[in-house]
Amino acid sequence: MADTHSIIGTKNKKGQTYTDTWKMMNEAPRTPSFYTGSEVIKEAIRRASCDVMIAYPITPQSEAAALIGELFAEGYIGDYFRGESEFAVMSQCAGASFGGARVFTTTAGPGTMRAMENFPMWAGARLPIQMIVTCRGINSPLSIQPDTLEIAYLLNTGMLVWHAETAQDFFDWILKGYIVSEEPDVHLPLALCCDGFFVTHTKDVVNLTPADMCLPPYDPYRSPVPCMDMECPPVRMMRDPFVMKSNYISYATHASWQQEIWAAVERSRKHTIHWLNGLVDTENTDADIVIVASGTAVSQGREAIRMLEDEGVRCGLVKVKALRPWPEEEIREATKNAKHIFVPEFNVTGWLAKEIRATVPNSQRVHAGPHVCGGMTMPPEIIVSEIKTALGMKTFSMAGRGS
Amino acid sequence: MSKERIQISEALYDIMPSDYQDLVKSATYGKEDRGWKDIGTSKELIEQHSLCAGCPESMAFRYILASLPNPEDTVMVGSTGCTSLVFPMVAVHNIHSLFGNQNAIASGLKRALSVRFPGRVKDVVVLAGDGATVDIGLDMTLQAWFRQEKFTTICFDNELYANTGGQESGLMQKGFVAKMAPVGKLFDKVRLPEIARESGCHYVVNCTVSKPSLVEKVIRNAVHVAREIGPTYLQLYTPCILEIGKNSMEGLQEMRDSEKPAERFAYKEYISEPAKQLLAELATKDKERKAAAKQLAGQASA
Repeated sequence: MADTHSIIGTKNKKGQTYTDTWKMMNEAPRTPSFYTGSEVIKEAIRRASCDVMIAYPITPQSEAAALIGELFAEGYIGDYFRGESEFAVMSQCAGASFGGARVFTTTAGPGTMRAMENFPMWAGARLPIQMIVTCRGINSPLSIQPDTLEIAYLLNTGMLVWHAETAQDFFDWILKGYIVSEEPDVHLPLALCCDGFFVTHTKDVVNLTPADMCLPPYDPYRSPVPCMDMECPPVRMMRDPFVMKSNYISYATHASWQQEIWAAVERSRKHTIHWLNGLVDTENTDADIVIVASGTAVSQGREAIRMLEDEGVRCGLVKVKALRPWPEEEIREATKNAKHIFVPEFNVTGWLAKEIRATVPNSQRVHAGPHVCGGMTMPPEIIVSEIKTALGMKTFSMAGRGS
Repeated sequence: MSKERIQISEALYDIMPSDYQDLVKSATYGKEDRGWKDIGTSKELIEQHSLCAGCPESMAFRYILASLPNPEDTVMVGSTGCTSLVFPMVAVHNIHSLFGNQNAIASGLKRALSVRFPGRVKDVVVLAGDGATVDIGLDMTLQAWFRQEKFTTICFDNELYANTGGQESGLMQKGFVAKMAPVGKLFDKVRLPEIARESGCHYVVNCTVSKPSLVEKVIRNAVHVAREIGPTYLQLYTPCILEIGKNSMEGLQEMRDSEKPAERFAYKEYISEPAKQLLAELATKDKERKAAAKQLAGQASA
C-alpha cells in the first residue's frame, strides 16, 4: 500500500482525486446544496475513502445507514453489510479496524446503549473508528424522539466525543474527524454526535466540497499498535498474560494503559483545535450573561439571545464543539466575566451543566437549564424565560406550556 | 507475510529474545506440508502457556498451531476464557476484544482483509470456548454462519465455564452438577454441530483432540473450505480436568473414553457438496505434488 503522501493527486477507482485534507476542507470551492442531515452524512462519506461500513436499523439513523449502502452499491466503499445488533455491529467495526480498514458506522439511543461494552474496548485497542450518534431517548417507555442523554454515557469511554450543531458541522467534522482520530499520537475512536431528527431529518443549505475530491486513505501502519493483518512480525506480547494476575506489575500495566488512552485524548486537543478552529466558538463573552451549550441547544440559545437583545438584555454564547477532549481552559476563559451562566440542554439530567460546574470557578453562577427531554422541542422563549426569572425580571407565561 | 518478514537485523540480533530468534531459525511459516509432526523438530508458534498441567486445551492449541495451513497469513480471533491465557504467547496475529463477540470481530476482520488484500489469501480462524461460542456469543456465532462469512470457527468444548471456576454452560451434559446448576443441569447439551449444519456451515466436525493426526486433518480441511467456500465449524472436546475431578495425566484417557462410538464425542462430520468437491480436488493435487516430489527425489538419487 502506498503511503499517504505519495498517493495525493492520484485517483481512486471512482475517479476521485486523493486530496490533501487541509486543501480539500479549506481551499477547495464549495457548492451550496439543500440536503437533509442524513443525505449530508452520505455526501461526507462519499468523500471519506471509507473501507468498511456496517449498518443496523434504528431510528433516526436508519436513513443515513441505508444511504451509505447506496454508496457501496455505487462502488465508493470497500464493503458494507447489515449486522445483527448494535453490539455485534460495533464488534464487527472493531474487527474491520483491527484489520487495518477505515471504518464508519452510525447508531442512536438504545443502540448506543446496547453497544456500550464495545466503546472502552475500541479506545483501549486504539481503533480509530468513526461512529455517528444521532441521539434519541433511551429510557422506557419507548421513545424515538430527540434526547441527548446517551452522550453522557460516552464521555468516560476514552472515545473522542464531538457534538455537531448543524448539518454543515456534520459534513465538515465527519471528514476532519478521521484526520484527527487517525493521528498516530491520538489513534482513538470518535463519537460524532448530533441531535436526532433536528439535524438528521431537517433540510438545510450545506456547502459541500467537490465530489471528485476525497480524503487520502487510512494508513494502518501509522498506528501506535500493530495492525492485525500478519504483515508485520507477530511478537509474543507478554511473558504471562496479565488478565489473571493479581500483582503489582499487572495493576501497573493496566493503569499505564488506561493513562495512555487518556493521554491520547489529551494529545488530540491540539489537532482538534487546528481542524475545528477551536474546541468552542464564542460570541460576546464580555456580557454578564453567557449561554453555554452544545448541539442544537446552541441554535436555540442563539435565537434566545436575539430575543433578549430586543429587550435590552445582552447575552454571550459559548458553543461547545468538542466534549472530549473537554475545553476546560476555553470555557473558563469565555465565562470569566459572566455573572450568570445558563446551560440549556435536551436531556433530563443536565450532564453538560455538571461538566461546566466542575470546570468554572464560582460554580453557583451555573444555572442548569432549561431542560427539555423525551423529544420536546426547546422554544427560545423558555430559555429567555429561564434567564429573566433568574435575573428577577418579569416574564409572561406561555399559554399551553404550563409555565 | 513471509518468513523473510520476520528476519532480524544483524546489528540487533543478540538483543532479540531467544524465542524470537528461534522463530526466525526454525519456525514453519511457509512450509507446505506443515503439521503436527513438526512438533519437536521445529519452533512451535506457541511459546508457553499458563494453563493447568496436563490441560487437553494446551495439547489442542499446539496441534492446531502446528497444522494451520497458512500461519504466515492467518489472523486468529479469541475470546475471554482459558484460551485468552494462551493467545498472548502465540506467534500469529490474534485479537482479543470482548467475551462472546469473536464471530462478529472475525466477520469485520475478514471483510477488511479482503478489501485491503484483494487476490491474496488471508485466513481468519476463531478459537473460543463453549461459553463464548454457544451461550453469550450464540447470536453472533450463528449470524456469521447465516451470512456465509468465510472463516473457521473452532470451539474448545470443555462443557463448562472453566476460567471462572466451573459453572454450568449450554454445552454441559444434562444432569451434571456444577456451580449454577446446583441440582444438576436441567436441559440437554446444545446440539451445535447440527445447528451449524442447518445454519450454513460447509464443514462441521465434532471430535476430541486425542489424535493429533485427526486434529491436523480437520483443521486443514476447515481452513481450506472456509477460504474458498464458506463458514466451517469444529467442536473439539478439551475436557477441563480440574473441574471434572481428574488428575493431570488423565486428560487423554478422558477424551478416549468420550469418543467411543456411542459417546457424545464420537467422530461426526458433515461436509456440503461444494466442500466435498473442493476437498477431493485438494487431495488430488496433494497426491500429484507428492508423486512429483518422489519422482524428483528418485531422479536426484539416480
